[in-house]
Amino acid sequence: MHREFLMGNEAIALGAMAAGVNLVAGYPGTPSTEVLETIAKKNDGSIYVEWSVNEKAGLEVAAGASYSGARTMVTMKQVGLNVASDPLMSLAYIGIKGGMVIMVADDPGPISSQTEQDTRTFAMFSKLPVFDPSSPSEAYRMIGDAFRYSEEYGTPVIFRPTTRICHAYASIDIKDEDEYEYNRPEGFVKDPSKWVIFPKLSRINHAKIEKRNSELSGVFSQYEMNSITEGSSDLGIACSGISYSNTMETVSALEDKPSILKIATAFPFPEDLALKFLAGKKEVLCIEELDPVIERALIQVCGKYHIDCKIRGKLTADAGTAGELLRDDVNGCISKFTGISINEGTSTELNDAPELPVRPPVLCAGCPHRASFYAVKKAMKGKETIFAGDIGCYTLGNAMPLDMVDTCLCMGAGVNIAQGVGRIKPDTKCFAFVGDSTFFASAITGVINAVYNQADMTLIVLDNSTTAMTGHQPHPGTGKTMMGNMTEKIDIEKVLRGVGVSEVRRLDPLDLDNAVRTVREVADKPGVKAILFESPCAMLFKPEKPYEVDTDKCIDCRMCIKEIGCPGLVIRNGKVSVDTTLCNGCGLCSQVCPVDAIGKKEDIS
Amino acid sequence: MSTNIVLCGVGGQGTVLASKLVASASMSKGLNVMSAETIGMAQKGGSVFSHLRIGDDVYSPMIARGEADLIIGFEPSETVRMLPFLKKGGAVITSDRPVMPVTAALGGSTYNGGEMISYLKSLDTVGRLVVVDTDKAIEDIGSPKAMNMVLLGAASRAGLLGDITHEDIIEAMKKKVKPRFVEMNIRALEYADI
Repeated sequence: MHREFLMGNEAIALGAMAAGVNLVAGYPGTPSTEVLETIAKKNDGSIYVEWSVNEKAGLEVAAGASYSGARTMVTMKQVGLNVASDPLMSLAYIGIKGGMVIMVADDPGPISSQTEQDTRTFAMFSKLPVFDPSSPSEAYRMIGDAFRYSEEYGTPVIFRPTTRICHAYASIDIKDEDEYEYNRPEGFVKDPSKWVIFPKLSRINHAKIEKRNSELSGVFSQYEMNSITEGSSDLGIACSGISYSNTMETVSALEDKPSILKIATAFPFPEDLALKFLAGKKEVLCIEELDPVIERALIQVCGKYHIDCKIRGKLTADAGTAGELLRDDVNGCISKFTGISINEGTSTELNDAPELPVRPPVLCAGCPHRASFYAVKKAMKGKETIFAGDIGCYTLGNAMPLDMVDTCLCMGAGVNIAQGVGRIKPDTKCFAFVGDSTFFASAITGVINAVYNQADMTLIVLDNSTTAMTGHQPHPGTGKTMMGNMTEKIDIEKVLRGVGVSEVRRLDPLDLDNAVRTVREVADKPGVKAILFESPCAMLFKPEKPYEVDTDKCIDCRMCIKEIGCPGLVIRNGKVSVDTTLCNGCGLCSQVCPVDAIGKKEDIS
Repeated sequence: MSTNIVLCGVGGQGTVLASKLVASASMSKGLNVMSAETIGMAQKGGSVFSHLRIGDDVYSPMIARGEADLIIGFEPSETVRMLPFLKKGGAVITSDRPVMPVTAALGGSTYNGGEMISYLKSLDTVGRLVVVDTDKAIEDIGSPKAMNMVLLGAASRAGLLGDITHEDIIEAMKKKVKPRFVEMNIRALEYADI
């Protein structure tokens, strides 16, 4: 054992390695991404690691390996599980051989997500056991438990941390490599009565699953991560995950302490443990983020056993229903519940503070997406348009002054939404913007749908040669794998031509005039056509020399700022100037300036 | 007992590295340490923070209002934004250099960093305030990337990092930074007038 300062996601990765994981697949998504990246980085080559094309592919690859006796993990964010839900639901019936952990990171807030869905609810729906760690160090130990339960019960299990666990750091005791478990998979053994899903098998397995879950409810009542901390009053608090840690912070400062029920496995719910906790309690407050999962389970237990205890939480408006439950939210809930004033009057109030600037996230200085959006905007000025966006950095194209994202729904949706809008008003110029990684993950079927159904639309692929938003992961178009191998790049143009898009142009969006001209030309053609704007993410290369504003030439029209809104352009002492610490020399602003006042130092002098 | 520190700024300013140095110094002294970081969409020009908690009896990586012993602000308005976390009589070390959000440039209004500093000076709940003239510091040290070390050095030399001393921070920096940058970083750590 030795001690390291680790991010929660690193702890999960190292815990999985210590448990003898043989194969890890996944798709990047905040806050889950660093788990797979850490394993790839620490891998000596004995573990197979891949970024799959999407979460469904990843889960299926892991399932096949697990059928073959390998210990596997598949990583994703919560909305990724929606993509993987088809194999997930069926795999729950089929089961596995080698331990299989589905690591799904939830994002209360949401901080970087489309939804506040609760994977514990998904676990219940799919009838799979779920593990919910309350700290990075607990996550390290619990991921090993997840593998053990999975293998012992022959079922995939879900491991569900939240952002504040994934992206928290802690000093953690971890195993040395010689303490790791080692699993040698025997390979796939044919057995159609086990691995081929048919209605009869599903009916038989359904009954087995219900029986197993009922048994697991008892087993989990003994599981050390589910626990009761006895207090000194007849009040109780039930909590899970980061809410448990936040609750302990509050309760440890109280003199008269409520009892605490910590639930690490919301499903199958540890009923015996809950019964023990509820005995003699007058009221119980449930503190949990996202869905009231524990709260509902406790209400059910009270109903089933006729227990006279009032269960409070989200359903009684005693805890917030949306967003995170931060330390102060938890303080507030417990203060109201116990009638004890907590932490009041200790902080500095911002009563007479000057107005604070709003800082919405923006496309980086020098981001080529800014140029792509601006070119389309200029080309389509005055026309009836729809700009369907998608998931990635380029969702930020919605911000003023670009204002170029009219819709954003989920991965790959934009290309189909553009078609739907066009069906209702055919004279609308329909555009769908999609990034390269999203294109491979889930937009190709949408393009085929458009070609097959003879839609009239323009697909704009924003190809920056990486999965930028989640921290620059490789994808099928980059020619690199997570095993460090080079592989043939999958060419987006060839894919498009292969599925029947005959009009495909590829160009550099930073050549503004050409980009605008091409967009006009292409958008006027009938049918499905595509433009590939190719320019690498500004974070991927050393910045070029920053541009400067020639104050003698500048007429202070501020066109540059009003048109493209680059964070590298600032107003200093009432004049437009370039923030040289941010500018990476993309040159878009110099092409927008009507009087050629912006350029590289040598150009303007 | 624990020492609670909020580091805050704008995405890309280097708050995470500063937080990791303090954590590393804590680990070397055998102290428990936890932190919470902003990672993801907000990193792109948005407000970011690190919560850092050193010591025993810490359950959560997050700090509650009125619990921080120290705020290290990399940007004046972000420092003010985090003030509710500061306990009464707590310390604030802040850069005076404003980072303009794109929204301010668009609106034609320039938010004023000086106004934020005056506000901080006016508060009697702030026990100790150190304002770093960042433009001057960067010029004197000769690197725009030195700001996080200037702020951190100001904190460690003023004894505001609990059990972590200035020497501990220098040792941690030497471990984390490439040898050719060590000398510059030491100058940065020792720069501010305390």
